[in-house]
Amino acid sequence: MDGLVLRKLGRRFGAVDAVLDFDLHIKPGEFVSLLGPSGCGKTTTLRMIAGFIDPTSGSIELDGKILSAPSGSVPPEKRGMSMIFQSYAIWPNMTVSQNVAFGLNLRKLPSDEVKKRVGAVLETVRMSHLADRYPAELSGGQQQRVALARAVVIRPAVLLLDEPLSNLDANLREEMRFEIKRMHDEFKITSVYVTHDQGEAMVTSDRIAVMNNGRLEQIDTPYALYSRPKTRFVASFIGRTNFLSGNCGNHMIDFAGFSVPLAMIGEEVTGGGPITVSIRPQAMKLSATEVPRDKVINLQGSVQQSAFLGETWDYVFQSKDSGLQFRVAAPPADVFQVGAPAWLQIDPAQIVPIAD
Amino acid sequence: MTSVSHPVSTTWSQDQPAKVRVPWHQRLQPANLLWLFLAGILVVLIVAPMWTLVVSSFTDAKTGGWTLHNYVEAYGKERHITALTNTLKMGAVVVVLKLAFGVPLAWACTRTDMPGRNFVRYSVFGAFIMPPYLAGVGWILLAGPNTGWINRVWHSLSGSTEPLVNIFSFGGLVLVTAIGGFFLVFVLVSSAFEMINSEMEDAANILGAGPFKTAMKVTFPLVMPAIIGSALLSFLGAIALYGVPALISIPARYPVVVIQLTEFFSFPLRIQVAAAYSIPLLLITAAMLGLQKLILRRKGYVSVSGKGGERRIVKLGRWRWVLFAYCFCVVALSVLMPLFVLLLAAFSDSWTTGFSFSNLTLSNFHYVLFEHSSSQKALVGSIGLGIVAATVAITLALFIAYIVQRRLIPFSGLLAFLAVSPYVVPGIVLAIGFYAAYALPPIALYGTYTIMALAFVTRFLPIAFTTSSAGVRSIHPEMEEAVRILGGGRVTALRHVVGPLLKRTLAGGWLLIFVPAAQELSTAIFLVGPTTRVVSVVLLDLSEEGELEKLAALGSLLLIIIVAVVALGMRYLGRDFMLRRS
Repeated sequence: MDGLVLRKLGRRFGAVDAVLDFDLHIKPGEFVSLLGPSGCGKTTTLRMIAGFIDPTSGSIELDGKILSAPSGSVPPEKRGMSMIFQSYAIWPNMTVSQNVAFGLNLRKLPSDEVKKRVGAVLETVRMSHLADRYPAELSGGQQQRVALARAVVIRPAVLLLDEPLSNLDANLREEMRFEIKRMHDEFKITSVYVTHDQGEAMVTSDRIAVMNNGRLEQIDTPYALYSRPKTRFVASFIGRTNFLSGNCGNHMIDFAGFSVPLAMIGEEVTGGGPITVSIRPQAMKLSATEVPRDKVINLQGSVQQSAFLGETWDYVFQSKDSGLQFRVAAPPADVFQVGAPAWLQIDPAQIVPIAD
Repeated sequence: MTSVSHPVSTTWSQDQPAKVRVPWHQRLQPANLLWLFLAGILVVLIVAPMWTLVVSSFTDAKTGGWTLHNYVEAYGKERHITALTNTLKMGAVVVVLKLAFGVPLAWACTRTDMPGRNFVRYSVFGAFIMPPYLAGVGWILLAGPNTGWINRVWHSLSGSTEPLVNIFSFGGLVLVTAIGGFFLVFVLVSSAFEMINSEMEDAANILGAGPFKTAMKVTFPLVMPAIIGSALLSFLGAIALYGVPALISIPARYPVVVIQLTEFFSFPLRIQVAAAYSIPLLLITAAMLGLQKLILRRKGYVSVSGKGGERRIVKLGRWRWVLFAYCFCVVALSVLMPLFVLLLAAFSDSWTTGFSFSNLTLSNFHYVLFEHSSSQKALVGSIGLGIVAATVAITLALFIAYIVQRRLIPFSGLLAFLAVSPYVVPGIVLAIGFYAAYALPPIALYGTYTIMALAFVTRFLPIAFTTSSAGVRSIHPEMEEAVRILGGGRVTALRHVVGPLLKRTLAGGWLLIFVPAAQELSTAIFLVGPTTRVVSVVLLDLSEEGELEKLAALGSLLLIIIVAVVALGMRYLGRDFMLRRS
């Protein structure tokens, strides 16, 4: 198989499985993020791909060749990969251009070729004017660009990024997300990006692999992950949501106070019995009066809390019949006072059944 | 690795049963071989001498059997017990003096607007460079009962024939011991003051505490662990110091432990008794350092180890000159006065006749450089030993620190423990251990430079290890991983990244070892042979012969060489590499 393949990958530290039965196929040129809370095993997975940690089970393959297996691994220096570290790991004893040229010199490229490629990549990251500076004379964002240039200049088989933006302030982080995206679009390097920030993952990635407790929860495109989470963990880790428990019959799902025909739900539901669904705050609307529309569920109730977040209102709506509470996102123009009566409309197509 | 381990295992298989061969073969990994190699070196340097010391204290010198007789002989005489209690008494008084010198100076130089702060800093640094025994000689020249300069001025002023001050007394002993070691108090307490963030004091101010209350309730409690720690180290330094008691305590008729130890080492040689007599010194040191660790471990003091923030300077107003006067007195007593008379004596025909142009001469330098039987060789020996000890200790420590910090092999913590353990061994006790282990046949290293170099390396290994370890820790492992993922091996990483980044730290550590090693006396005293003398030992000989001018000349030469090396280091490393080490 072409690309990077993790097969039943596992790593055990003492009695703890940091990573377990991890299956992943990253196609050549694809940008995949490993997203999860701290301690979920994402950094361990990345370091296994880099070769700094050996797996205790399973294997890692690149373009059909086995790189890592419990019986033995190719050392990091023989993998032809490169990595951007959380601390940047820019060598303070070398100038910007010496840092960038280091990997090329190790490959014994002729010096004019090295010069040409260093110049070109510094141009791309807009650091040409600082080529002779030492890292101590650079800002955090500039050091990040050097790390990026140093990693891509060798045209690695795989580019690994270990939370590269976590040490930057918010504005710079936003800018660098797009910078990383732009570099990927330009060079099409197969990339694995570790982060706990869903915003970073969504901007940069073709697909996001959400990890929890050492296991893969779901891998999908950012849009699919947000609109169609498969598990409770994914639904709550990516964005905010409302969980509702119901009971699934032959044609209807019954919730407290209302029912939804199975046919109106966005995906196939098989099997009856108790069921949990996720409804995003954006899948609902608030209005002052009842809006009788087809294919919309109307609930009567009142606004319990409100907070203005700038781009949206964050309301808590309580249903009169069932007492159920919903978080609802509303555009800034929809102003409701706390305690005011209101109607809630739910789009059934955006009700997503999830596994607990 | 198979190419090396295979022949080894086949030779072993001839006299070993087959079942042993397999695990032995497997254990011969390169990393484990390195571990064994380093552990072997540390056994030679530390475990064997200390073990021999303890064992020989229980060994009968004639029969070689087990005995308690050495302890009876060591502690059976009242005189020997007196020396022990005298030592403790002296240590306690010296601690008080060192704190009285070091703490106010540290505060004045770090937290106030006192004038001349840099002058005081550099003078205190001078106290570090000047070996205690040279300060002792300076003070004999100043305050010897009959011919000391102070007394002669007093005689001519008052017409009295009684000395005003007498250095050969308990007071003289503790004063000279204290001025030779308060440097350490200054450095440790200064860095504690520098670690305190002014915001902690601001927090007390905003809650209504005035400057005095803030100092008493916040500032001093925060530096208290540094003060207590330096007090303990001061005590240990004082009781283990050899040079100053050798000059002063004999004429002062105030016997102390180190002098008693040399008595066991003179004819008839009684190493086993000396070993038994040195055990309390060892136990006291270990107990005190344990105590220090307990105190520093209390979590309330963690803030001191935090990052230094912005510091506010205390405005002293008129009191700044009062404080400066006190600081000036301390540095005058400890450095300026003894150094001045020492240099003057070095250029004098006879130091007793006072200063005049006709008295000036260079003949003392000519004598120690070209005429004296061993001083020229001793200078080369001291500097050479300093260079060898510093280089070997730093290299060894770097290897150990690297594999300990990077956890390259299991049980590396044991290596770290061994490397810092000589810290609890006073120099003179270490010398007895080395003598007992290696001086006599079959190893018979007595009277060689090798045994001294080994002992010096051991003595300074803890400093070397702490420095290297801090250096390696300051290099993020990702710096090396970045090399490896780009295609370089561990050796490339060491050569292009770790080495260049550690250069300054290692050079600083090298100097921190070279300076005391070139002056080292207590470890050398029992290990020098007739042809392998070092400057410190020759200086003591000259003092016994009463050749104080020549002694001063030789001491000045040693100082000049050391100052030159340190000046080079400062040029290269920046001037505060020693005053601000953590």
